[in-house]
Amino acid sequence: MAAPIGQPRVRLPSQVKAGEVIEIRTLISHIMETGQRRNQEGQIIPRDIIKSFRCSFEGQPVFSMDLHPAISANPYIAFPFKVERAGNLEFTWTNDAGEERKLTQAIRLAA
Amino acid sequence: MQATTLGRRGALAAAAGLVGLSLLPKAAAAQMEAATAAAIRRIIGERTPEEGRVALRLPPIAENGNTVPLTVTVESPMTAADHVKAVHVFADKNPTPDVATFHLTPAMGRAQADTRIRLGQTQDVIAVAEMSDGKLYIGRAEVKVTIGGCGG
Repeated sequence: MAAPIGQPRVRLPSQVKAGEVIEIRTLISHIMETGQRRNQEGQIIPRDIIKSFRCSFEGQPVFSMDLHPAISANPYIAFPFKVERAGNLEFTWTNDAGEERKLTQAIRLAA
Repeated sequence: MQATTLGRRGALAAAAGLVGLSLLPKAAAAQMEAATAAAIRRIIGERTPEEGRVALRLPPIAENGNTVPLTVTVESPMTAADHVKAVHVFADKNPTPDVATFHLTPAMGRAQADTRIRLGQTQDVIAVAEMSDGKLYIGRAEVKVTIGGCGG
């Protein structure tokens, strides 16, 4: 049984101007079990991690990341994005079992 | 480069004098665990990355190896013609050296990524950047770890 994937959170600046490079900050709750630890009976606890993260804007890839067990529990991932126009950012997290969490967040331009 | 001014024999002699070995052409490869070198080779093959352009920002001392903030930046205009395609991060002395690969695009406007990593002990963190023109750059930063973070 794969560990539960928690609710993802994404933070964008509230006021965005076209041409501006913003920072997108993301966080998702997950145990990120390394596969190195043992339980009380001395058996290896199987690896169970978020193994990939993707961000796209209106279907076009922006940034993605391959995660290994050396990424801390509750993975925090932040990266820049150059805003050219309003639209939707789509975020996807995938675990070892192939289960996905998705989130969509709109970019609105300041008037 | 020394090789061009000194000639092959001179460069070898100079390298031998500096590092005590004649088989280490680059400082980057000078001190690295075999597992890390193998992990890097699996990704970039036999190509040799140049030093520079990649900067790793980590705390010099991490009290808790379970969550060490990491920022990697690469000097690049991030245009369609000239950008960073990927940055691979390795922890030299973790049980497995692979940490993460960031895939970048010109849509980002700037070449940067932030995350939090686990470090089992005091060690170097190494980043290799792949540029759109095929060039490779390597950077590293040392972190002193007080309490290791690999759950051993």
